[in-house]
Amino acid sequence: MTLQTTDTEQTNDSFSSTSTSTQQAASGSRHYQKTFQQLVDAINRNIGRNIGNQSDVHFTLTLTGEDSQFTRFSQVKVRQTGQVCDGQLRLTLITSKEITSEEISSKDGSHESKRDSVPSQAADANKAHRTATITLPFTGNFTADWKVIQPALTQLQAELPLLPIDPYAVLPTKTQATSQASHQSQNHTNEVHTGNLLEASAVAEALLNPIRSSAEETSPTLDFSGLYAGGLSYRAYADSVGKRHWFETPSFTLDYSLFGSRLQQAVKGTVAGKHWHPEKYEHDIAAVAAQLKLLSRPAKAVPRGSYRTYLAPAAVADIIDTIIWGGLGEASLRQGNSAFSKLEQGEAVLSEQFSLEEDFQRIGIPRFNSSGEIAPTRLPLIQKGQWASSLINGRSAKEYGKASNGANEEEVMRAPTVAPGTLKEKDILAELDTGLYISNLHYLNWSDLNAGRITGMTRYACFWVEDGEIVAPIENLRFDDDLYRFLGEGLIALTDQQTFLPAVGTYDRRSLGGMWVPGMLIDQFRYTL
Amino acid sequence: MIGPLTATLEQIDIPADWIGIRAMQEVSSWRAMRDGHPQQNERGLNQGAMVEVLAAGQFGYSATNRLTPEALRAAAQRAYDQAIASSQWAIHRFTQAVRPPIKGSYRSPYIKSFDSLGVGEINDLLRQLCERLKVSAAVVRTSAIARTHEVDTWFVSSNGSEIHQKIAMVESHLGAIAQAPGVTQSRTDNGYLARSYQGGWERFTEDDLWERATRIGEQAVALLEAPDCPTESTTLVLAPDQMMLQIHESVGHPLELDRILGDERNYAGGSFVKPQDFGKLTYGSKLMNITFDTTLEGELASYQFDDTGTPSDREYLIREGVLQRGIGGLESQSRLNVPGVACTRACNWNRPAIDRMANINLEPGDTDFESMIGQIESGVYMASNRSWSIDDQRQKFQFGCEYARKIENGQLTTLLKNPNYRATTPQFWANLSQVGDGKTLKVYGTPYCGKGEPNQLIRVGHASPVCAFENIEVFGGAE
Repeated sequence: MTLQTTDTEQTNDSFSSTSTSTQQAASGSRHYQKTFQQLVDAINRNIGRNIGNQSDVHFTLTLTGEDSQFTRFSQVKVRQTGQVCDGQLRLTLITSKEITSEEISSKDGSHESKRDSVPSQAADANKAHRTATITLPFTGNFTADWKVIQPALTQLQAELPLLPIDPYAVLPTKTQATSQASHQSQNHTNEVHTGNLLEASAVAEALLNPIRSSAEETSPTLDFSGLYAGGLSYRAYADSVGKRHWFETPSFTLDYSLFGSRLQQAVKGTVAGKHWHPEKYEHDIAAVAAQLKLLSRPAKAVPRGSYRTYLAPAAVADIIDTIIWGGLGEASLRQGNSAFSKLEQGEAVLSEQFSLEEDFQRIGIPRFNSSGEIAPTRLPLIQKGQWASSLINGRSAKEYGKASNGANEEEVMRAPTVAPGTLKEKDILAELDTGLYISNLHYLNWSDLNAGRITGMTRYACFWVEDGEIVAPIENLRFDDDLYRFLGEGLIALTDQQTFLPAVGTYDRRSLGGMWVPGMLIDQFRYTL
Repeated sequence: MIGPLTATLEQIDIPADWIGIRAMQEVSSWRAMRDGHPQQNERGLNQGAMVEVLAAGQFGYSATNRLTPEALRAAAQRAYDQAIASSQWAIHRFTQAVRPPIKGSYRSPYIKSFDSLGVGEINDLLRQLCERLKVSAAVVRTSAIARTHEVDTWFVSSNGSEIHQKIAMVESHLGAIAQAPGVTQSRTDNGYLARSYQGGWERFTEDDLWERATRIGEQAVALLEAPDCPTESTTLVLAPDQMMLQIHESVGHPLELDRILGDERNYAGGSFVKPQDFGKLTYGSKLMNITFDTTLEGELASYQFDDTGTPSDREYLIREGVLQRGIGGLESQSRLNVPGVACTRACNWNRPAIDRMANINLEPGDTDFESMIGQIESGVYMASNRSWSIDDQRQKFQFGCEYARKIENGQLTTLLKNPNYRATTPQFWANLSQVGDGKTLKVYGTPYCGKGEPNQLIRVGHASPVCAFENIEVFGGAE
């Protein structure tokens, strides 16, 4: 690696020295979009349509990037603060060539007999494909980025003939639609959101002053810890058949905890959106601080056992976050790696009250996947306790002879929504009667994936309730229970209101979206430690 | 690269107390086969730099993948502005003492370079491994993965640090899923990507590779017929590939000084360990000796300097069961005034360095494997992690394994499926009753230790012998 000598183009950074304001972010993103398009054009010009043995070459190109402010808090102070300007391109080349007799045996896994049922794949049924991918930095500067992409393109093209046949490769294709408008919306999208975020220089003051004020008024021991993450996020897709998708949005998440003077006295809060509203933040802080007062009583050590339990929406979100990685995808189901085989096979059912679907209408994330497919606006996976559909991407569609529903590479949910029930918020404690009120869960994992058993810990504001009254906070408990039980006959009720829980993860980059879930009242939830 | 970075540093004109640039380049390859068909043939280039500035006692950072002098100077200005804007809210008044001036270099050893195997050869090897894993029709899924990474980091600072470290790594995985009516079982090569090491291709093409693949397939099939692990309190013997997880979750994380300071409370959690415990707390039995060791050749997180430039060495964290020092770098040490280690690390150029595990190892004892099992009248032997969960103070845990055998009258007997165990950390380590000798010691690693805000996944290594624990609650799968 060497330092490049100098910039020859417009500086791409959307940051000014002190600001992440929306206007500047938009200016930067327009430059990003232009550079992305220039790179697509350059790849199109430079790709060898025929390399070795009359192979056609196709490509897909995805882009993920962000200009982000990260400020980390602890003890009502700033622990670390900084900015990240990062982008990543993922270029996939797929060669397609008429199959030879000796290669036919290599395509044995491609379910030839089923392929006719998937029209888009029929055309390449007698072709062998090879796939190679490279991930590269995207700086937004065409000259700098092309300097890295060009040799990579050459390297990939040289590598492709050496690779084995990929029977489940998915060639980019334009989605056929009945109307011109529909055709356009499936193959070309440009979704640009605007917002109003905090200036970088204002983050500490805007977040900490209300906490200090609240502490002066209510509790001198009030402690605050968390992460503000905000800025511009962008995602894009392009391919060799001309599909183009662009998505960008300013957004922020504030994921925080308030602590009292004792170990178990802690409450979790999240604030997220495209617009920073100081009054909403102050309102949220006051509400969370009020919960903290309930935790001032001595904690009750609840012995292990089964208890009637109310899971607040944040706790339900933790369970759904585990479930969506538990094998709702077609590949996991077919390959023995799913908790939902029994449900899919009709050997088990969940409660009629439980419905789970993808709902892109309510959750603002890109609908296109890494193959440029647009997912349906809504896709029910579990309806009234019965299996409705798996998540299917192009590879699985080809392998298992099904139609793709635009799932992502991992075939995990991107816009999860759990249908509400009928339980009114004012009735929650009365209906719980005696048992546990769980605000949050922590460190969930499958303890037996194929059986559908999940374990995890209670965390933050969790209470022992007697006769519909909160009695005391509890010492944290471990649960270990079977989803077919607690979402089956054990599911007593769901609240009539859903809550949006923003995705606050920042592995690799800031997450987008979140999920809509209600609270759940569960009979005999099983606690083991 | 050191020269251009130093020249850029000299051109930065801001009134900072200290400036550092940490540049990184990672060249990777990911090759994966599933059921003998290619799943992934991918290369990757990841590069960028973080400029960190100390001003008014506060650090600010700015990271960019645009590697020009202008971009780095602009990043330095932004980092300075960040530090100044938040200085009145700083959690601690840091000084240059937490960024010692050091010059040096480190290169991880390897035998077979990554150019020594062509992409066709690697794919063919993975395909053959899938074939070897499929020992019968009961195996419904096979997978073989080989990944390589070459990571260069350069660190220069205004007080004179000039450090270059170059590390080559191989991560590999073999797995088989077997099914019979109503039962599914999985077996892997010591856990997902547990065979992650520093080195070249020699770390993948080991002599026992084919034998391991066959054994993984056979054990997955054999587990289909096995009874569930019984529910009882008994003597638990853990293989090194489960000890890795046990050490990581119940020793490594609770000893991190930033958790003890409370920095992680909003995400990963705190710790039951208190600042006053260092030098005093009896963490486990006298057989428990835990080291932080970045000097072990080939272990995944070996290095000579952490990401602040602090020189690293081998240190005892727990000696004869007593807590000695924490896993925390100079920043946490200065805030907490307890001894730590050189472990301020970042997973990438775009993340700030925080307290992280590196190689956390359990030192071997003097009991050979046969003698250990021979002394146990009744117990369960478990291997290869498949499930893990622990509370935010690192006390109440529940871990599951892929494979278990009953121990009866000093012999390994019946194969058991779905083995799990649960305990609390102090009780568990107090019940450490036997530690295997050096012949039982194995070295593993994981690329996926998650922590921090913003979140970071970092590579860590763990070496351990086989160990035995008394009176542990074990249980089987769901009914």
